[in-house]
Parts: sequence; structure tokens; C-alpha cells
Amino acid sequence: MSTNPQLTSEGKLRHLLTIEGLPREVLLRILDIAESFVSVTDREVKKVPLLRGKSVFNLFFEPSTRTRTTFEIAAKRLSADVINLNVAASSQSKGESLLDTIANLSAMHADMFIVRHNQSGAAHLIAKHVQPNVHVINAGDGRHAHPTQGLLDMFTIRHYKRDFQGLKVAIVGDVLHSRVARSDINALTTLGVAEVRVIGPRTLIPNNVEKMGVRVFHDMANGLHDTDVIIMLRLQNERMNGALLPSAQEFFKYYGLTQEKLAYAKPDAIVMHPGPMNRGVEIDSSVADGTQSVILPQVTFGIAVRMAVMSLLAGGGAE
Amino acid sequence: MNAPLPDPEALIAILSDKLRDRVDEQTGIIGIRTGGVWVAERLRTALGVTPPLGTIDVSFYRDDYSKVGLHPGVKPSGIPFSVENRNILLVDDVLFTGRTTRAAINEIFDYGRPGRVWLAALVDRGGRQLPYAADAVGITLSVPDDQSIELLRSDSGQLSLSIQPRRR
Repeated sequence: MSTNPQLTSEGKLRHLLTIEGLPREVLLRILDIAESFVSVTDREVKKVPLLRGKSVFNLFFEPSTRTRTTFEIAAKRLSADVINLNVAASSQSKGESLLDTIANLSAMHADMFIVRHNQSGAAHLIAKHVQPNVHVINAGDGRHAHPTQGLLDMFTIRHYKRDFQGLKVAIVGDVLHSRVARSDINALTTLGVAEVRVIGPRTLIPNNVEKMGVRVFHDMANGLHDTDVIIMLRLQNERMNGALLPSAQEFFKYYGLTQEKLAYAKPDAIVMHPGPMNRGVEIDSSVADGTQSVILPQVTFGIAVRMAVMSLLAGGGAE
Repeated sequence: MNAPLPDPEALIAILSDKLRDRVDEQTGIIGIRTGGVWVAERLRTALGVTPPLGTIDVSFYRDDYSKVGLHPGVKPSGIPFSVENRNILLVDDVLFTGRTTRAAINEIFDYGRPGRVWLAALVDRGGRQLPYAADAVGITLSVPDDQSIELLRSDSGQLSLSIQPRRR
């Protein structure tokens, strides 16, 4: 019996809240299904009828362009009806509680909620209160998790590297505030890469991160040495002038990915970034636009991966 | 059924004789995964045509998705030719309820509007729930509702038919 709230008692995925605790087979199944959705985009009609008649609510309590848009495209390519709610600007500001908002939207016969919230655990809370036939996908909660970003990163890595075994992967920058880093670390360790490294200044690496199964480096030369995959993290503007960092220029000097630093990695290493990028802060334009960058393919693959997650959740009816 | 099951290779020979007048180099041959693809490959050789085959996995078009979920082991579909105005030969291993045929035809139309679609099946086992008929079959068999007939392929590529109790 599973105690994972994301899984039914039969081990079927019901919600996607975090990658942590998901079995390897579930992750690989999602990546395999996504592979089939990639080819749908090459066709005359870029839609399949799986979610016909279903209503998907995009509930964004925190701004996002890329994630919200790719979820919307994914749901539309599955033939669902998509309702976008910018909640920050509506009922929440009138004082309605999160669960009241959900109850009202459920009364409008929502079949799926895509939730982004600045509080860790928001998607979990919603998942606990929805009807059994309603599914919840976490599109980023606080510093906690961003599972579909983690999955699309894994899809991208598998696409270019074919296999996870033997890979050395470095995650660079503001690991402390990054839900993407947490989801990537959980996914990479579950899928069994050879080594996961985090690289950053002491102030931006969480205490005890080694317990997640990673090696910590504070300098790029050693950290990037011999790596196959480099995942750059976004340095959030509000951190730059606080106590954690002296300045953006200083950060770029030590941790910004330039061609010189990229040369420490394997010659065929790929460079990833979840976006939006701060050019000249965490990544140099020549690298972001260079031949080793797979940043734009990540965005494209994100649609197929989100289609896979939605179609896996919504099929088969309630338990 | 106690009689031995027919040899698939003999059925493919029958099927290709029936199709010879229709299929040429311009025909788009599409196999339905998995068994239909094997039959389509054999047919192409038997008919002596060279264009690449299309393959269709109907998982995204099945009408039981909301009941049973996504079919495990879904693989990408791929049609390496333009469907628009082309004569299409759709190939399946076993024709039963007609639901797979419906799903496959729906999917083909998302690639374009074909000129015409022929349906070829290695085995027609009866039991149709939708009004589909094959243009050519290798053999018509009467298989009880509680049994399923499947085309299998060995590691060496040998095809065989097998009858088993139906799952679900």
C-alpha cells in the first residue's frame, strides 16, 4: 500500500505534486509517453482527442509566462477546454481563502487544476480537498517543487544523452531558493545518474543538501570538471542586492557560465536553463546562444512532457 | 477451436494476391501497431513495392481512454509521406470490434485528407461493434467472444497466431 498522496492504492498516478518519492518506473513511463507526443506536433492537426470534454483550470497565484503558456498549449493539444485564472488579481485580493476558491471552481466542474503558488505545499493542500475524479498538477510551489520542469529536464537529458547511466550532472547557482533544483535532484537520483553536483556560493547552497545525494562544490573549475550536463539556475533579482550576494557582477565573475568555464566540462556537454535567463548574470550570451545550449528545445519538450502528465492523470476514471 | 491455426505467412500470400491490383508505388501503406506493422512489412515485400511504411499507434485515439486510461507502452506514430489525396492501405493483424479501425482512421485524418482508404486484415474474427468491413482479409475465422486471437512474432522474426482467453 502506498502512502504517497500522489498515487492511488493501485500505484496509479492521481496527482503530480512532487517528484520526490515517485518510483523510477513512473518517471520513465511519463518520459516514454512524452516521446509519442513529440511526433504529434509534426502533423497537420496538432491535436489528439484524449481530454475532449474535460476542463483544465490554470490557477496561477504567482506570475509565469512560459509555464502557464506551455500548460495551456499542452491542454489544448489534448483537446481540453482551458480556463486561465490569474488569481492574484481576482478573488484572493478580495480575501477569499484558497480552499474557497477551489470549492467554487470545482462547482464549475473542473477536471484538473494546474497550480502555481508562492507557498510551499499549496498544491498538496488543494489535492487533499478535491473530489476523487479531480486531478492536481503542481506548477511550482514556493521553494518546494516544480515537478513538470524536473521531468522536462529529464526528457531533454535523455533526448541528447540517450541514457542516464554514467552521466555527471551539475546544477549551478541559487540552489537555496530553487524548486527546480530540488525537483531535478530528486529526478536525477531516482533515475540513477552517476553523479549529481551542486555548485554555488555558500550562501546559496542549502545546509545538508548532501543528504539528497549530491556533491557540493563552491568553484566552477572543480565542479564542472568532466560533466555531461550543466543545469544553470535563474538568479532571482531580489536576491542580488540582499545579504546573500554582493552584486550581480561579482556573481557572474565566479559562477556565471562563460565559454571559458564551459570548457571545464566534457566537450559534448549540454547546457540547460529553466528560464527566464538573466544574461550576463548566471549565463553569458555566447553560451546561452551557443552550440551546446539546449535551452529552447527544453521549452518545446515541455509541451510534450506536460501532455504526457495530463493524459496519464486524467485517463482511467476515479479509483 | 481445436483445428490448428493457419500459418500467417500463407495468409499474407493470400492477402497480397487480393491487393496486387490496387497497390502501386504511390500507395501509402500504414500498419497499426504492433501486429499490423509486421503484416504491412511482409505485404510490402510480397507486393514488391518500395515506399517507406507508416505506423500508427492508436493509443491517443482509443474510445476506452476515460475508462481504462492510457494504454501502457504507447509508441510514437509516424507517417513518412503526405496523406493528402493519397490512396492509403491500412493494415491490421486482427479485425474484431472495429474500434481500432475507427481510431486509426480518425488519426489518419489528422495527418491530412486521404484520397481513399482500403482496409486489409490478416484475420477477420467477426464480432463487429461498428460498421467497418475489410477490403481484403487473409482468412475469416469464428472466434468465441471470450477468446482473443493474437499475432505473435518470435525473436527470429517468425510470425504465428495464438488463441487465448480474453483479458479484462
